Amino acid sequence: MKAKNEVGIKGYAGYVPKYRVTPEEIGDVWGKDGKTMGKGLRVESKSVPSPDEDVVTISTQAAKWAMRRADIKGEDLEAIYVGSESHPYAVKPTATIVAASLAASPHMTAADYEFACKAGTAAFQTCMGLVSSGMIENGMAIGADTSQGAPGDALEYTAAAGGAAYVIGSDDLLAKIEETISYTTDTPDFWRREGEKYPQHGGRFTGKPAYFKHIMNCTEKMLERTGKEPEDYDYAVFHQPNGKFPVKAAKKLGFSKEQLEPGLLVTHIGNTYSGAVPLGLAATLDQAEPGDNILVTSYGSGAGSDSFDIMVTDNIEKMKDSEVPTVEEVISNKEFISYSVYAKFRKKIEGGR
Amino acid sequence: MAIPRFWREIRQRYKGIGVECKNCGEIYFPPRDICPECRRESYKKMEDYELKGTGEVVTYTKVHEPHPEFKDLSPYVMAIIEMDEGVRLTGHLVDVDYEQVERGMKVEASMRKLGEESPEGLIYYGYKFWPLDTHGKD
Ligand SMILES: [Zn+2]
Repeated sequence: MKAKNEVGIKGYAGYVPKYRVTPEEIGDVWGKDGKTMGKGLRVESKSVPSPDEDVVTISTQAAKWAMRRADIKGEDLEAIYVGSESHPYAVKPTATIVAASLAASPHMTAADYEFACKAGTAAFQTCMGLVSSGMIENGMAIGADTSQGAPGDALEYTAAAGGAAYVIGSDDLLAKIEETISYTTDTPDFWRREGEKYPQHGGRFTGKPAYFKHIMNCTEKMLERTGKEPEDYDYAVFHQPNGKFPVKAAKKLGFSKEQLEPGLLVTHIGNTYSGAVPLGLAATLDQAEPGDNILVTSYGSGAGSDSFDIMVTDNIEKMKDSEVPTVEEVISNKEFISYSVYAKFRKKIEGGR
Repeated sequence: MAIPRFWREIRQRYKGIGVECKNCGEIYFPPRDICPECRRESYKKMEDYELKGTGEVVTYTKVHEPHPEFKDLSPYVMAIIEMDEGVRLTGHLVDVDYEQVERGMKVEASMRKLGEESPEGLIYYGYKFWPLDTHGKD
């Protein structure tokens, strides 16, 4: 899908809650060797939201910073889409609360997206369509999650919290989005039924026929469309449910570890689901230079992938003086907590009144 | 808190929107209909003013016996913040230990959950404050 008119990123920012818990700490509670599991998953710690944080607050903070970078006001936003699998309400849009908190409402459109871990990149594509068709000037695409695994489940070692927001527009671009392409199938690798607190997953089935098949097919199609080789890109960002999958996918596709490095955040913050690729891209843009070419491929269970070919412009230099912290600065502000504090924060245990 | 009252106050709670008296230039938060200094002179001259969101700690205290809604956050720090515009607000300090707080500490507003009616009920959001030295640009 090639945009009709020029479209790209005018501002971006990531936000990750400051609390961390280690796989070792989680494993100790469940009688597992968490340290070895963490090594296998290449996850050293995962982020944990404070009890007063959720997808609304994470999205709002990231969006506020992204707007500061884009130098636009709430009233300049004509669309806001929030992608998440942990929206605070089952019915009542996250996007309306975020829009109010940015003073973007009421003359604008807003909606929530759900597509497991790729709901954020789905929001990108919608904003791209609205901007490049000339229907709107500026749209906000957000991917954020505060995901949970059932206590003791394999997912508990990685399910984390964080998000990133992007102002998508057509002028003053920091980076142009040259092309996007998707790959979508009906694959039952991970799901959560209405009313259930924790998701179910297909165990080993989540790898080959799910993550790898979609990431590989989508990325290969993008390379075919753009006529580029992996080495033509300066950086690549792939969805990162753990530290192993994106490295393996990159290797199979012909990308190097160095190309992945700046955007590979999972080792320190865990899997931020819909926030993962948007945060990885934000961390990569923090380090990018004018003329850099970035390839991005998300993955969402159920299942699908979205790829983007992104070209950084000279405007990226201006970001270095912006008052907004880089993703690295945000992540470096951290505090480790015990499993019991984590369980209280995530309401896995309830105190009396 | 009643839903209608919360809903009416959304603009001030989410965005820190107060008013400026266009007669004398004084900023008020929460918003007022008339300026207590200018009285009749300020009639129809009170305009929306969005606080920048930064300020400093004037006084603070550690809360050990929290309101039931905040029990998961206990112990937490409440502070009186003087915003850059001069208005003073009371708010939670987040992502900081009591021992790290000091008078004059620079803080910035960030939206958080203030509470909820019940697990089935409405969630209330609004501004709390975090230290700028750990949450800002290095
Ligand atoms: Zn006055």
